[in-house]
Order: sequence, then C-alpha cells, then structure tokens
Amino acid sequence: MKDVIVIGAGVIGGLLSRELARYKLSVCLLEKANDVAAGASKANSGIIHGGYDPEPGTLKAKMNMAGVPLLYQAADELNVTYVRNGSMICAFGEKEDVTVRALYDRGITNGVEGMEILTGDEARALEPNLSEAITSVLRVPSAGIICPYGMAIAAVGNAMDNGVELKLNFEVCAIEKKDGVFTVTATNGQQVSARYLVNCAGAYSDKIAEMAGDKFFEIIPRAGEYHLLDKSQNGLVSHTIFQVPSEEGKGILVSPTAHGNILVGPTAAKVESPEHVETTEDGLAMAERLGKKSVPSLWIGSRITSFSGVRSSVSTGDFIIEESRKVPGLIHLGAIDSPGLTSAVAIAKEAVKLLANAGLELVENPDFNPRREDPRAFAKMSPEEKNAYIQVHPEFGRIVCRCESVSEGEMRLALRQNPPANDVDGIKRRTRGGMGRCQGGFCMPVVMRLISEERGIPMEEVTKNGKSSKFLNGKL
Amino acid sequence: MRNLTCIICPKGCSLTVEESAEGLSVVGNICPRGKKYAIEECTHPVRTVTSFIRVENREDTMVSVKTSAPIPKESMFEAMEKIRAAKANAPIAIGDVLLADVFGADIIATKSID
Amino acid sequence: MTEHDIVVIGGGPAGMAAAVAAYDAGCRDVVILNRDSRLGGILMQCIHAGFGLHKMGKEMTGPEYAAVYEKMVKERGIKVYSETMVLSLTPDKVVTFQGRDGYQSIQAKSVILAMGCRERSRGAIGIPGDRPAGVYSAGCAQRLMNIEGFSVGKRAVILGSGDIGLIMARRMTLEGAKVEAVCELMSYSGGLTRNIVQCLEDFGIPLYLSTTVTKIHGRERLEGVTIAQVGPDRKAVEGTERFIPCDTLLLSVGLIPENEVTLTAGIEMDRVTSGALVDENRQTSIPGVFSCGNVLQVHDLVDFVSDEGEIAGVAAAKYAKGETEEGKIASVKPGEGVRYVLPQRIHTEKAQKIDLYFRVSAPLGKVKITAKSGDTVLATAVKPRVAPGEMEKITLKEELFPLQGEEITVSLEEVK
Repeated sequence: MKDVIVIGAGVIGGLLSRELARYKLSVCLLEKANDVAAGASKANSGIIHGGYDPEPGTLKAKMNMAGVPLLYQAADELNVTYVRNGSMICAFGEKEDVTVRALYDRGITNGVEGMEILTGDEARALEPNLSEAITSVLRVPSAGIICPYGMAIAAVGNAMDNGVELKLNFEVCAIEKKDGVFTVTATNGQQVSARYLVNCAGAYSDKIAEMAGDKFFEIIPRAGEYHLLDKSQNGLVSHTIFQVPSEEGKGILVSPTAHGNILVGPTAAKVESPEHVETTEDGLAMAERLGKKSVPSLWIGSRITSFSGVRSSVSTGDFIIEESRKVPGLIHLGAIDSPGLTSAVAIAKEAVKLLANAGLELVENPDFNPRREDPRAFAKMSPEEKNAYIQVHPEFGRIVCRCESVSEGEMRLALRQNPPANDVDGIKRRTRGGMGRCQGGFCMPVVMRLISEERGIPMEEVTKNGKSSKFLNGKL
Repeated sequence: MRNLTCIICPKGCSLTVEESAEGLSVVGNICPRGKKYAIEECTHPVRTVTSFIRVENREDTMVSVKTSAPIPKESMFEAMEKIRAAKANAPIAIGDVLLADVFGADIIATKSID
Repeated sequence: MTEHDIVVIGGGPAGMAAAVAAYDAGCRDVVILNRDSRLGGILMQCIHAGFGLHKMGKEMTGPEYAAVYEKMVKERGIKVYSETMVLSLTPDKVVTFQGRDGYQSIQAKSVILAMGCRERSRGAIGIPGDRPAGVYSAGCAQRLMNIEGFSVGKRAVILGSGDIGLIMARRMTLEGAKVEAVCELMSYSGGLTRNIVQCLEDFGIPLYLSTTVTKIHGRERLEGVTIAQVGPDRKAVEGTERFIPCDTLLLSVGLIPENEVTLTAGIEMDRVTSGALVDENRQTSIPGVFSCGNVLQVHDLVDFVSDEGEIAGVAAAKYAKGETEEGKIASVKPGEGVRYVLPQRIHTEKAQKIDLYFRVSAPLGKVKITAKSGDTVLATAVKPRVAPGEMEKITLKEELFPLQGEEITVSLEEVK
C-alpha cells in the first residue's frame, strides 16, 4: 500500500510527485500513456506568463504570481531549458490600445513587476519584424519560454530518482474507496492502493473525478493548432509576441521556443473529446494568417512541423485546486489550462498543503536531492571537453540525428535515465533527435535500432508512442 | 499498332510499333537499343528484378541482388519468391552468384559483404 | 588542429568522384569525411537498376555504381573518416567535425561540399490530420526495407511522383504490399517517364495527377488518407475528397539540399536551387570552397552528380596548389521558360568548354533552347520535349571564348 497515488504524469503530476518526494512517503504516479508528458504537457506554447492576464483574486492570478519564481528555480535545479525573453502584448488600433492599458493595470494589481507600455514604434525598435499596424504594446520582462515536456520529464525523473514509482500504460478504469483506502484499477487489470489520491489527469480529470464518485465539473476540451518553424528562422522575434485577447481567444502568439525554433499558434476550437489532437486545414491556415498579422515577414515555407494540443478548460474559467467535498483524501488539480505550466510548481506545493490538511503526515526526507543529472551535459561541453569525453565514450562521438546534432550516447542515456524513454517519440522529446528539419527521415531507423537494443525487444515491436503505433510489419 | 515509352535509358523516347507482313517495325527510337526494346516488349517483355537476400552469418545484414539478365516480365513475382527464400553467407563479392537459374538468369550480388 | 590540402565533406557519389578527381589532378593529400559507416551515401539503399548509363555505358544498381568509386578511393589510399559528422566550416576553411575518434578540426586549403540532400517531410508540407506511425518519407521506407530488411506496411498510398516515390511503389508491390495509388499535386509527374512505365504501369498502379492528400487518419497506426483533386491554385476542390484505407503513406514530395554546413561559413546561396552560387569550377563565393552533387542542385541522374564532383575535384586540386582562376566574370541567368541555370557565373576570358545545366519551368513539347550574351547567340539546341523533372544542358564551345558581355541568359521557345 502506498501513501499517495498521483494520477497523470504530466507537468502537474510530475512536479507534485517531486514535491511529495521531499517527504518520507511512498508515492505511485500512474500514467495511461507509454510515456510521461503525453497530453497537454507535450503540445502547448511553453510560455512562462508574466501574470498580467488572470482576473485578480482568482486561483489563476495567485498561482501564476507565486509560480513564476518557483518555476525558474525548479528549471535550474532540474536542468530544463528556458529563456527569460519577455513578452509583448500587441494592440492593433485605438480600441485595443485601451485593452493594453487595462492589462497593464491588471498586472499592477496582480503584482507584476517591470511592465511598460511602448508605442508601436518603440516596440518595433526592439522587434524590427513587428507589423506596422501595431499601435501599442505591453512589455512584460519577467515572462519567459520553457520546454514544457522537458519540465514534465525532468520532474518525473527527479521524483523517481528520489523514490517515486512510475507506472506507465496504467489507464485507470475504476476507483474504489473502502475503509479509508483508495484502490485504483487499470484497464489491464493492475491495481494500486493508497490512503490519498490526487487527480492530475488533465483533460480526463473530470472522468477521474466521476470514477471516484465526485463528478462536479466538466472539462471542455479546446484544441490549439501550431506551426513550428525551422531554427533558421531564429531571430525573427526575440520576445513572445501576443495579440490582445479578442473574440478569437487570447490570440495567436509568435514566439521563439526554448530550443531556438519559432512557434506560431495556438488556435482555439472546441472539440468533442481530448482525443481530437489532429490538425485541420482551417486551423493551420488561421494560425498562419494571425501569426502574420503580428509578424508579416513570417515565412511558412520554413515550417518543419505542425501539431495540435488540447487545453482542459471549465466553464468557470479558473483552476480547480481543492480537496473533494464528497470524498475525503481525494485532491483535485483540474482544469489546469493557461497559465498552468507557469503555475505548476505553485500548484504542486498547494496540493501538498491540501494533503497535509487532509491528514497526510509530512516528515522531511533527508535524502531528497532536488537536482537531476543534466541529460544535455555533453551538448553543453566545450570542444576540448567534448573531445576528451568522446575518447572515453566513443558513442557520444557518433551523431545519429544530424539536424539537431544528437549522438548515440545521448540517445542511449535517454533510454536509461529516469524516466526512461520507451519509444521513438520518447527519444525525440528527451534528446530532440528526430525533431529537426528532416523530422526523423534519416535517423529513425537508427533510433529504432537503439530502442530495440536497449529494451531488448525486436525491431518490429518498436513503436512511435506505445500501443499499436508500430512502424514495421515484420521481416522481409 | 502499339505506342510505347522506351525504358532503356532516362530519355524515355515515345515509340510506335507497327505490325506488317515483313514483321514488326519501330519508329520514334533514336538508338538501336530502343528498337530492340520495342520488339521485345511486343513479343516477350522482360525486366531486371532487384531485391536483397539476408546474410545468415552477419547480424542484421542484407546483400542486395539482381537478376544477371532481364527475366520474363510475367515471372517477376515468382522470381521474388525464390529470392526471398534464398540465403547467403559472407564474404560476398559483387557479381557472386547467390542463386542459380531463376527464369534463365542468375541472382547475383550487387554489394560486397566482408 | 591537423592540416590537409583537401577536405571532402560527404562520402556519396559526389564526394567520392571529387576526391578521386582531386587525387588524379595531382593532389595527394585528400581526406573524405563520411557520415555513414560505409562509402556510397544514399546509393547503398537504391538497390534498383538504372544507374550509370551515361558514365559507365551500362545499367547498374546503386550499390554497384558506388562500388566503382569506392574501389577508386581505396586504390588511391585516400583517407576516409567514417561515421563522422561535420558541424561547421569557417570562411578560412577550418572544418570542425565529430566522430567516434573525437571532436576535431582540420585546416584545409580547399574544401569540397558534397553533403547531398534530404527529403521534404510531412510537417514541412503541412498535411492536416493525426500523427500516427506509418507515415514515412520514401527514402526512410527505402532504408527500412533495403538496408534493415523489414516490411513497412501492407497497403500504401504514395504522395508525390518523384523518382523515389515511383521506385518505392514498385519495390513495395514486388514485396507483396498493395500500392493503392500514387498522387501527384502537379498536373505532370516529377519522375522520369521510364519509371512511370516500369514502376506503375507494369503493376497497374494508378497515378492521380492534380491530386493530393488532404488528411491523415489514425491515432496509433495509419488507418487511411483522404485524397482530393486540386485546382489550378493547388488547393483541394470541394466534393472531390475520397477516403483510401491504408496503413502506410510514403512521401516523395521534394528534395532539399543539406546546406547547413555551407551556411555556417556564410556562403552565398541561390534561392531557386537552395544550393550555393558557383562558377564553372563549382567554386562558391568563398575561394577554395567548392560544391557539387545534390547539395549544389538536386539531380535526377547520379551520372551527372559524378561529373559535377569531378569538376569540383579538379578545381579544388588546382586551388590547393595555388592556381586560381582569374579574369572577367559574367553572370548566367535563367530566361523565358527556364527555372534556373547552373553555374550561375562563368569566367569569360579563358577558352574552355562549359556545360550549362538547367531545369525548365513547365513541361513543353518540342523546344528550341538558346544561350545568349546580349543579342549574340552563343549556342542553340532543339529538344523533342522537356519537363521540370529532367535536367537539361547546353554547351558553350571552347571556340566562343573570350566571351563579350556581363550577362548570359538561357531561354527556350516552343517550336511548332
């Protein structure tokens, strides 16, 4: 029996597990997919929001403001790539100039520091590729960009290094509470029991609540489609460029990513279920059109891929961070849409408090190590250090992914370091191998071979992202 | 009369084959190979088949192969079955016969394996 | 840092031909930096026949063609670094690379760029839909089949009628898969006519022109694609959509020269070819840096790749010995009906025979090709038909030199 079960190994579940690992607790993290960060954590804008946007007094405002410094600290400890690049919220015309001033005032109320309102020309002096039609800009220097799945992977990895157990392919289908103990059953028949249960199931958090006998909210999944541009476009903008919120949502952003690509999106369209993560012709066209509204010189011909992610929203518009009113010992962390990533560490710390209030005894774990070994250590070495390292570890010399310069050694590390990758997408998200301009066209067969070797499975069993996403149809 | 595209070289000449009492005549070819191709195509079409054979004594290694001469077009799939069932052992040099007499041709290695 | 006279980046057909030619031109200190464990590049997975008709006078498979050059490289004792990836090139010709031996740099006198090209991906062309397994670039599927020995699927649709797509349609069919269709966005095929005949028509595989894939279906493994006809704007025509069940989608939607290393040196590029701007010696904007093969311009025939490698190799050897080409230069521009011409500039004083390679903008019947300098006609040629998928050339004869003028154009007109 465990002390705590956490359902959902996204950025929230991962960071919560890590917070729980600070105490002498046995924790089990359940994930229905073949890898962590498989839901919203893998497909979102990766923005660290300044905090001007949420309505003052809401959980979003509170968590966003508390979350920014905590997230930067966690990113440093976990070696997650981020850049404090600042954001710009652009107004097109007098009506939107008023909105920019209102956002500034709201930011002041929320406690955002360092904001300034720029004229269109002042903004273009900083960002020469901005549209001439931009009339004013709210600049938020504390905002940043971070690799969202990198954060989730590192958080889970660090939690595992500190004793948390991760169970993948554990799709919860039943939750029972008897004599103060939750028993969670998976579709494959596996069971885990614990005294406390935390629902971090993202787009499925309403379903988990329902299984636990506490259906009181409904997730409205909204898909957002993105274009990702080649690194050759690096420098198109340095800030994250937003448009003031309009009927079409918070607006399409044009932003560098923490890895040096340019991201354009997201759209916002209600979808029937969180499974709807396909891109659409209309959505992709809209992302392009609105991206060009901010940055007219944006060149879609440099696109390397497009993707869609699903936000988990609710009708109230705020986060759900509370202990169940019906089922004691059950904590809901639901409806974590934007600014969920920014708020993630703050939400995790809040959840620990809620668990303590519910009776969980917290005894500090003296062995807890907040730092995670840097999987990108090789990439960060100087040429001399790299040369010396390769002499001892020749597999780091052999580059497998030519577009992103990822070596065999780094890929093997991703298959060994917590949480180990199990599939081709897992290698991609951990190492960037296959994420460059050829999109794995050259390296995929080699990546498959490495997975086959490290996992001890035949090539035919290697998948893209688990289940029946196999590549091969047997030997010829 | 039959219209053909010559597949002998990348030029891809458009050929017309006429049948008369004197036999088949070809127009549109710019070289003698085109005429030969057109007549063959109308009488007994042939194709070169290429594939690979698994090298038994080398892990995950395939040796690419081809028919040493074009074989009847209608026998391509049967030839593929024979090639698929064949086994090879390294070392292999280019031109080594790995399977003899497949529809009048040999299956020969097109790659060397040390 | 070590020093070498000539560093060749790439061990495919262009790099091997360049290295051999440089050696034979008298430069003995030549090294090849090769990405793969074996020389030959992409030829090693092109196990089909059709190579070498021009250069060798016979039809060979890809590995056989590569073996001819591999032998020449070995016979000359040219040093090859294998499984080595070049990371950067500086304008003063320091090549930095990484391999199992370490992270090193070489100071070269001449550098030959021969990195080849890559395939355009699904992401680049932005096909909407799901992101399941079973969507491959044609070359990736070719490697999985011909090098790794696996079947990639049972039922396939191929988007793009370039040569790799056509070759893979035949390859998959012969290995027992059902190829439902080859779809081509343009109103004409991008592949060689002979490949349409022997890869599609032989097997009754339909080729749908002016047709594209508008949606990819399937959460885990591909379950099917929606195809639709496109109008003159290349956008799908409503009402023409059709679902084809399949577990495999192969993409043969264009090749892009891999010039990332070229760009690190700040070499001047041609926006149309996506390769470097070169003179008749295939010398780039940086003296002593040469470019050849698919990294310079995407070829249809390996024979021309080898020719280009030889030109670059000979010139690189001369440069390494201190012989530089001097004199006036004229730029070579595409005229009516021509998409690009290469080389983009030529020396006009020294008497020499220069082949101008070009691609036409659209398929045409009988055409007259003219190379002109101002109003002076330098060369003409008549072709029975031309297509963008087939590279053409026109020769400037030695006796025309020295040439007058600063701009030469190559244009074509239809002959009725």
